[in-house]
Amino acid sequence: MTDGRPNPDALLDSLRREEAARRRGRLKVFLGMCPGVGKTYAMLEAAHRELNSGRDLVAGYVETHGRRETDALAAGLPKIQPRRFEHRGLTLTEFDLDATLARHPSLALVDELAHTNAPGARHPKRWQDVQELLDAGIDVLTTLNVQHVESLAGTVAQVTGAEIRETVPDGVLDDAVLELVDLPPSELIRRLHEGRVYVPERAEAAAQNFFRVGNLTALRELALRLVAEHVGVDTQQFRRIQTGAGPWKTAHRLLVAVGPGPFSEPLIRWTRRMADGLQCRWIAVHVGHPHPLSEAAQTQLTRNLTTARELGAEVVTTTDEDLVHGLIRVARDQNATEIIFGKPDAAGWIRGWRAGLALRRLVRESGDIDLHVVRSEKVGSAPSFQAAWPVFQSGSQQYLWVIGVMTATGVANLGIESLVGPRVPGLVFLLAVVVLALFVGRGPVLLAGALGALGWNYFFLPPRFTFVIERPDDAVLFGTHFVVAVVLGQLVARIRAQHQAERAREARTTSLYKLTRDLAEASSRDEVVWQLVAQVDHVFHAGVAVALPAGGQLAAHPDGTLTLTEKELSVADWAFRQGRAAGRFTDNLPGADALHLPLASERRIFGVLVVAVPDRTLPVAQRDLLEAFARQAALVLERVELRAVAEQARLLAESERLGRVLLNSISHELRTPLAASTSAASALAEADRSSPEQRHALIGEIQEANARLNRVVGNLLDVARLDSGNVRPRFDWHDACDLVQTTVRELGPDLAAHPLKLMVPTQPLLVRIDFSLLQHALGNVLLNAARHTPPGTSIEVQAALTDGSLLLSVGDRGPGLSAEVLPRIFDRFFRGPGTAVGSGLGLTIAKGFVEAQGGSITAINRPGGGALFTLRLPQTDKPPAIDPSL
Amino acid sequence: MSPDAGLATPIPTVLVIDDEPQIRRLLRVTLEANGYKVLDAATGREGIAETAQRQPDVVLLDLGLPDLEGIDVVRRIREWSRVPVIILSVRNSEDDKVSALDAGADDYVTKPFHSGELLARLRAALRHSRPDAAEAVVRAGEVEIDLARRVVHKCGQEVKLTPIEYGLLRLLSTHAGKVLTHRQLLAGVWGEQAIGQTHYLRVHIAHLREKLEADPGRPELILTEPAIGYRLGTGD
Repeated sequence: MTDGRPNPDALLDSLRREEAARRRGRLKVFLGMCPGVGKTYAMLEAAHRELNSGRDLVAGYVETHGRRETDALAAGLPKIQPRRFEHRGLTLTEFDLDATLARHPSLALVDELAHTNAPGARHPKRWQDVQELLDAGIDVLTTLNVQHVESLAGTVAQVTGAEIRETVPDGVLDDAVLELVDLPPSELIRRLHEGRVYVPERAEAAAQNFFRVGNLTALRELALRLVAEHVGVDTQQFRRIQTGAGPWKTAHRLLVAVGPGPFSEPLIRWTRRMADGLQCRWIAVHVGHPHPLSEAAQTQLTRNLTTARELGAEVVTTTDEDLVHGLIRVARDQNATEIIFGKPDAAGWIRGWRAGLALRRLVRESGDIDLHVVRSEKVGSAPSFQAAWPVFQSGSQQYLWVIGVMTATGVANLGIESLVGPRVPGLVFLLAVVVLALFVGRGPVLLAGALGALGWNYFFLPPRFTFVIERPDDAVLFGTHFVVAVVLGQLVARIRAQHQAERAREARTTSLYKLTRDLAEASSRDEVVWQLVAQVDHVFHAGVAVALPAGGQLAAHPDGTLTLTEKELSVADWAFRQGRAAGRFTDNLPGADALHLPLASERRIFGVLVVAVPDRTLPVAQRDLLEAFARQAALVLERVELRAVAEQARLLAESERLGRVLLNSISHELRTPLAASTSAASALAEADRSSPEQRHALIGEIQEANARLNRVVGNLLDVARLDSGNVRPRFDWHDACDLVQTTVRELGPDLAAHPLKLMVPTQPLLVRIDFSLLQHALGNVLLNAARHTPPGTSIEVQAALTDGSLLLSVGDRGPGLSAEVLPRIFDRFFRGPGTAVGSGLGLTIAKGFVEAQGGSITAINRPGGGALFTLRLPQTDKPPAIDPSL
Repeated sequence: MSPDAGLATPIPTVLVIDDEPQIRRLLRVTLEANGYKVLDAATGREGIAETAQRQPDVVLLDLGLPDLEGIDVVRRIREWSRVPVIILSVRNSEDDKVSALDAGADDYVTKPFHSGELLARLRAALRHSRPDAAEAVVRAGEVEIDLARRVVHKCGQEVKLTPIEYGLLRLLSTHAGKVLTHRQLLAGVWGEQAIGQTHYLRVHIAHLREKLEADPGRPELILTEPAIGYRLGTGD
């Protein structure tokens, strides 16, 4: 496989990256070792070069600190006005992201990448604003000091002693071009003394301390190294394509343990660098504990896992009572060859001791998996976080229960002791501890053990009412009791915790399975939304809404249980456009009240799932489940959409088929009389060869052909009228008898071959109808009867007012309607088998015209043979009274 | 062949207003063969001008003209002339026909038409246009209506009619062979206030048929023109 040819996968990968980069804007960072090296100036100079070459650029935000040369340079650039925020009486000016996005230049200048935005801005950090610009395809020029790079912040803090508050994740720089703005430290110090470096007045003393040659040299080295390593990553990618080495050249597979602490992120980056070096896959694993995490820890964990995912790791989360056991289990499942584990820091001896213990077990149990223990330093100024493995989490209620039960046991023991001596109470205490362990947490069990042991000793073991133990065998019993109680408590608690974890995992699997199953049955978008809302509501007890695109913007689906405010809708809109999670518990628009997850499949984004979780935290497992829900729903939405497309294609094929039938039928119906008429006319033209009788016959042919043509065209026009919805009945009072008589009279010659029997009342039958439409309908039914019965077959026409409806019926004693014909007789272009005449439209038109005036038409076989068509026209109004004097 | 005998002018002139040359050619052949003199016009304006200059005895007007609505042509001609106007139109345009008839057109023929039908309409129109045309006795089939004496005979027997029935019959008779719209009949018999009360018309027409038709189940005397009105058949 390593024959030196470029690997197609690698090429594809690089193409994809290039394509993504083409769609995404390019980021150029002017990197300096510290303030004052001239980053902004360099950026502005670059901007002017771009401007001169005709680039459409704007200065989104430029911080000149009032320096004259910089001001002059900045003045020559088109600007976006900064946005103003009112915050605690102060007016803060910030980069206006929305205005820049709306302006959509080809290139934007945004100074100070590490800046923290004012509260109320869309993102907490400016680098997130920049990310959005890049996502929108806008190139960005920005500036950054090396101390603000997240992975270096710790080192900088160590070197300079200055605390670094604003940091930029390393990932932001991954695809960026870094341009080092370098200045020898001595030169910088000279500039500082000349007052050409901006230093806030209150920080002057600190600045004096900061700008020392030693510090500056160290910072400069860091900056140089960063740029050099960055080049290294680029080269590596290039080399990978060139040599054709597959993406996973080696069988290595790295697995990094991720916790809810700030120590994990450097660990993740370390693993990524190593995976890059080894060119292998890597997995980030979080082993969750059944006990819930604090809000801060939860947020940090989510961030860590997101970072890992963004850096290319496969992320696996699992739940296990025992960290080491969980890690090894996942490592074996995933065939990991190396585990990367953070080196325990010295902060807090308990934590250190526990981590040490875990490390020792990991060394012992990892078997053939290699272990890397990496010094993990805390970066930035992350909030202090809660222990990942809190020991005592049980409520005070449980402790009170334990005290109560143990006291009661003690009282009972007083009675027992008087009967069987002082040893038995020890066993009874132990029994109480065991029973308690079934119901309460680990802490309370330990308390119960201690209370039991001490109570036994104090109240029962001689000498009583002292903690002194006289006899050596009692001492052994006491010690054994204590140890047994503690071990028992631990064991029971662990089993229960594992059980709980198991249950939680099972609940997740079950709900996911249930959603998948229920969604599989969904056949429309509405059903998918309904199922999703119902399931999320059921599992999370949270307000749910689903925002779907409608007419160019997102709108909440009516099935949601959560009403989306303007603000939430705008967050949903962001999540939809960016295809990233937003809102609460995320880094994007965290000020929102709800979590917004895009419903994204491989192909596209279908909408946004909005969940308002009532709790203050959202455990990783729950978040994963929610994301799985969203993914699942997106897949089904995609399926529904594809099915709709297929259905549309089917309908199109059907209408094409109908179209062909129409063409065949119509061309036949039009051509036959045309042919007859044309040949008869040409025969007439040679009149001298034919007798007067022959001429007469020819003229008769022409007339018949033309009458037929006239009828076909009339039918087609009627169908077109029906199709265009242009049939608007004009109701008026008419005499139904007159209707029947006029219809029969006007059809005259067409009915000549059939004796007609008209059964109409002798008195005028006033009904409210559209005379013309109904005459047409009745006429078509009559023609149909005349055409499909042998000549001489009588046709009966009846008009009557029955049950508040006008009934017009046409009956014959012909062959009747076969079972094949009956259900389709009113279908368009349907012609009975063996029927050569007719377009198959007459009865369709009759039906359409009758229905247009609120009536109905039926066809049945008459008892005794023949067909019977009945037109029923409901009559709601009574005929108006006739004043006899008029 | 000549048109009805005893016409005021020996050769009546017909003006054909139709934008289709083929229809104009065909009508010219048909009408000239039947003893008419034929003028033609391809547009509404041209037709109005021809009517004014050449004073035809009857006008055949197509409703689908390119420049003017048919009804406007009728109105303009009616501003200064009482020349009979017969409408030529296609099926399904009942509304246009009714409004043209109410605007003053005398009759209509639906395309495609038989030449016999057209000639009958022409004859009826010409008959009524003559100032001395008022006949005292109208005959239609077996029925004889003596307008001067206000009596009606069927097969020689006098038929008793109510005043309304007689009024209806009189109006139809004086326009024998011509169509009368619902509106014209209601206004002429009951007065303007009755327009729209078509149910009166239905009931009285049914009664008239009952009294006068040879076979009331198959009326041949009083003919229904669907959605337009009625016509007294003259057996033409």
